[in-house]
Amino acid sequence: MKNNKLEKSETNRRNFLKLGLISSVSAVAGMSIMNTFTDDEEKKSSGEKIRLLTPDGKIVEVDESNINNYPEALITSSEARAGIPNRKFVMVIDLAKCKNARVCVESCQKGHQLDYHEEFMKIQLIQNNDASEPYWFPKPCYHCDEPPCVTVCPTGATFKRDDGIVLIDNSRCIGCKFCITSCPYSARIFNWGHKDKFDNKDIPYSPETQVPASEGTVMKCDFCPDLLRQGELPYCAKSCPMGVIYFGDKNEDLVTNGEETLQFSKLINDRGGYRHLEHLGTKPNVYYLPAVNRQFPLERGFDHDDEIIERYKDVPYVKKLKKEGKIKTK
Amino acid sequence: MDIISRKKELAKEFSPLITKSSFTLKVWMIFLATVVMVGLYAFYLQVKNGHGVTGMRDNVVWGIYIINFIFFVGLSYSGAFISGILHFFQTPWKNSVARIVEIMTVLSLIVGPIFILLCIGRLDRLHYLFLYPRIQSPITWDIIAIMTDLFGCFLYLYLTFIPDFAILRDNHDRHMPQWRKKLYTFLAIGYQDTPEQHKILHKITGIMSTMIIAMAIVAYSVLAWIFSLTVQPGWNSTIFAPYFIIAGLYSGVAVIIIAMFLIRKYFKLDHYIRKPHFVGAGIILLVISLLFGYFTFSEYFAKWFSHKINDINLLDTLFTTYFWEFIFANYIGVLVPMVIIFFRKFRSINSITFAAVIGVLGLWLNRFLIVVPTLETPYMPIQDTRPEFIHYTATWIEWSLSFAGIAAFILFFILIMKLVPIIPMSGIIDHEKEPKIKPKILTQIHK
Repeated sequence: MKNNKLEKSETNRRNFLKLGLISSVSAVAGMSIMNTFTDDEEKKSSGEKIRLLTPDGKIVEVDESNINNYPEALITSSEARAGIPNRKFVMVIDLAKCKNARVCVESCQKGHQLDYHEEFMKIQLIQNNDASEPYWFPKPCYHCDEPPCVTVCPTGATFKRDDGIVLIDNSRCIGCKFCITSCPYSARIFNWGHKDKFDNKDIPYSPETQVPASEGTVMKCDFCPDLLRQGELPYCAKSCPMGVIYFGDKNEDLVTNGEETLQFSKLINDRGGYRHLEHLGTKPNVYYLPAVNRQFPLERGFDHDDEIIERYKDVPYVKKLKKEGKIKTK
Repeated sequence: MDIISRKKELAKEFSPLITKSSFTLKVWMIFLATVVMVGLYAFYLQVKNGHGVTGMRDNVVWGIYIINFIFFVGLSYSGAFISGILHFFQTPWKNSVARIVEIMTVLSLIVGPIFILLCIGRLDRLHYLFLYPRIQSPITWDIIAIMTDLFGCFLYLYLTFIPDFAILRDNHDRHMPQWRKKLYTFLAIGYQDTPEQHKILHKITGIMSTMIIAMAIVAYSVLAWIFSLTVQPGWNSTIFAPYFIIAGLYSGVAVIIIAMFLIRKYFKLDHYIRKPHFVGAGIILLVISLLFGYFTFSEYFAKWFSHKINDINLLDTLFTTYFWEFIFANYIGVLVPMVIIFFRKFRSINSITFAAVIGVLGLWLNRFLIVVPTLETPYMPIQDTRPEFIHYTATWIEWSLSFAGIAAFILFFILIMKLVPIIPMSGIIDHEKEPKIKPKILTQIHK
C-alpha cells in the first residue's frame, strides 16, 4: 500500500518536472501538486479533497494533506541529501552567445541573497592559444561526478546527490576549507565574517536554497534545486538574455534555455561540446559549446563599470586592449 | 651504595636548575607570557569578528596558520624520529640531548594542531569531526594520526621522566616546597629503581621509541597527503610525503641545535652539552640538508622541464612575486648551512647554531612557498574577483598568533625544565655504570 502510493507520487513528480522543464510552465494556481518528497514520511489523510489543474490541462482531485505549498515547504538538510529521483541534471553553456552581460551573475546573486561581491557564477575571459581571440566563459560549479570536494570533506557537509547535484549543508560544515583548496575550478566561496542577512530566520535554512547563509561556512553554485522542484530553470539559465545557458536532464536527453528545447546528446555531438579541463578526471556535468561564429564582439563585454573591468586587469588581452584605448576607463 | 650517593649528588647538582629561576629567566618568562596574551587577544578578535580579520580570502583560503601547523608538526615528527634513533641505537652521547628532543617532540605536537584549529571557520562545530566522520577524507586520517602520535609521544616522554621523578622524590633537599615533593611522589608511580623495574622500564621505553618513529612517519605523511592528494598544480606531487619527512627532519635538527645552544648558554650546562654534540648534530643537519636540497631540486626541476602550463604559471609566480622568498628558502636556506658545516674549520658552536637558524628560517619560507603561491595560481585563472581577494598578505592577527605559538612553545619548554632536569640524571647514572669501551651493541646482536 505504502509502496504503491510512493511510486505514484514519484511518477506524478517526474511528469511534472518534465513538463515544467520543457515548457517552462510554472506551478498552476501558485501551488505545486507535488506530493511528499521524503520516502520515510507519510502524511495522514485529512479526508478533504482539493481539485487542481495540472500543467497538461487535466483536473485532478488530491488529498489536501498531499499538497506541498512550495516554496513555504521546507526541504530539510536530510531530505536535501536524497536528490530528485530519476534525474541527472546537466548544463550546457553556449560560449558563442555569451557577451558578459552579467545578468546570470546578478540574477543568481538576487536568488541566493548574495552580496554584490559574492558570486556563485563567475564570468572569465579565457584564451585558448595565441592564435585565437579570447572569449567570455561563464563558470558555475560543475557538479562533477567525481567531485574532489566531496571526497575530502571530513564531515560529509558537502555531498553528491543521485540527481547529480553537489550541495553543501552549512549546518554540518565546520569551515576547514579543504573543499575550497581541492576544487580545481575555484567554484567555492567562504563566508569570512558575520553579515546581518545571516540572522534573517524568516525562511528556514535548506541546503537547496543556501539561505540563510552562515558565518564560517562554504557556499557555491547549487543548480537551484528549489527551482527545479517547481519545474523552473535555475536563475542563471532563466535570466540570460542571450539564451547562453541550457539546462536539462540527461535521462531525458533534453536541455532548454527557456526559448528552445534541444536534444542534449545531439547538441553535444553536432556542436563539438566539451567539458572544461577534462583531463583532471572530475567528470563535470557542465558542458561547453565552443565559441565559434560568435554573435557579439568581445569588447561588448566591457560595457560595465570600471570596477567590473578592473576584475580582468591581469588578463594579457585586456592589458593590450587598454593600451590601444579600446576599453574606456576613467 | 655508590649509585645511591651518586643520585644524591646529581639531585643536589640539578635541583637549583629546577627550583631557582634567575632574574633574566623571569623577565623572559614574563615577556613570553605577554606575547601569548597578545596572541590570545588576537584569537578573541578572530572569533568575535570572523576570519575576515585574517588575510585569508576565497583564493588563498589557507595562510600562515597552516604553514605554522606543518612546521610545528614537522618539528614533532623529526623529534620523535631522532629521539627514537638515539634511544634505539644506544648512541653514547645521546643523554645530553635526548630530553631536549623529547620535550620538543611533545610540545610541538601540542602547539602545531592549535594552528590548524585557527584555520577552522566554525570551532563550535569541531565535534562534528567525531560525530560525522568520513573516513575517505585525509583530514580524518590526519586527526587519527596526530592524536595517536600525540598519545604515543606523551607516553614516551613520561616514561623517560619516571626515573628522574623517582630520584627527585628520594633526594629532595629542605628547600624543596611541599607541593613539589607530593608531585614527584605522585608522578614517580612507585618506581624504586630495583633491577627488575629498571629492566621493565627500559624495555617499554625501547619499544615506545621505535613505535613513535613509525607513528611520526605516518602522521607526517598523512599531513603531506592533505596537499598532494588534491589535483592542484603545486601540490599534486608523488614525492610530497618523503619530501615533507626530509623537510621535517631538517627543521627539527636545526631547532634542536638552537635549543641546545640556548640551554647551554642560559643554564650554564657547558659541561654536559659540548662541542661534539653540536658537531654531531651539525653533521646530521648537513646530511639532511643535502637530501632536502635534492628533493627540492627534483620537485621544481621536473615541473620546470616538463613545463605544463599550470606548473609554469606557478614557477612564474615563484620567480616574480616571491623571488626573494624563493631564493632564501631554496638556495640560501640550504646552501649556507651546507657550506658552514661542510668545512671543518668553520665548525664552531656559534657557526653551527647560525647555520641552524638560517635553515629554520629557510624551511619556514619553503613551507610558505608550497602553500600560498599554489593557491594564488589555480587551474582557472583568478578573474572576476575583487582585487583585494587575489593576493595574500598576513595580517597582524595572524602574525601575533604565530608568535604566540612560538612563545608558548618556549614558555612550556622552560616550565618543563622547571619540573625535571633537562639533562636526564638517570641517563648519567646508566652511562657511568656502563664500561668505558662500548662493546654493548655487538654483544646484544650476538646474544
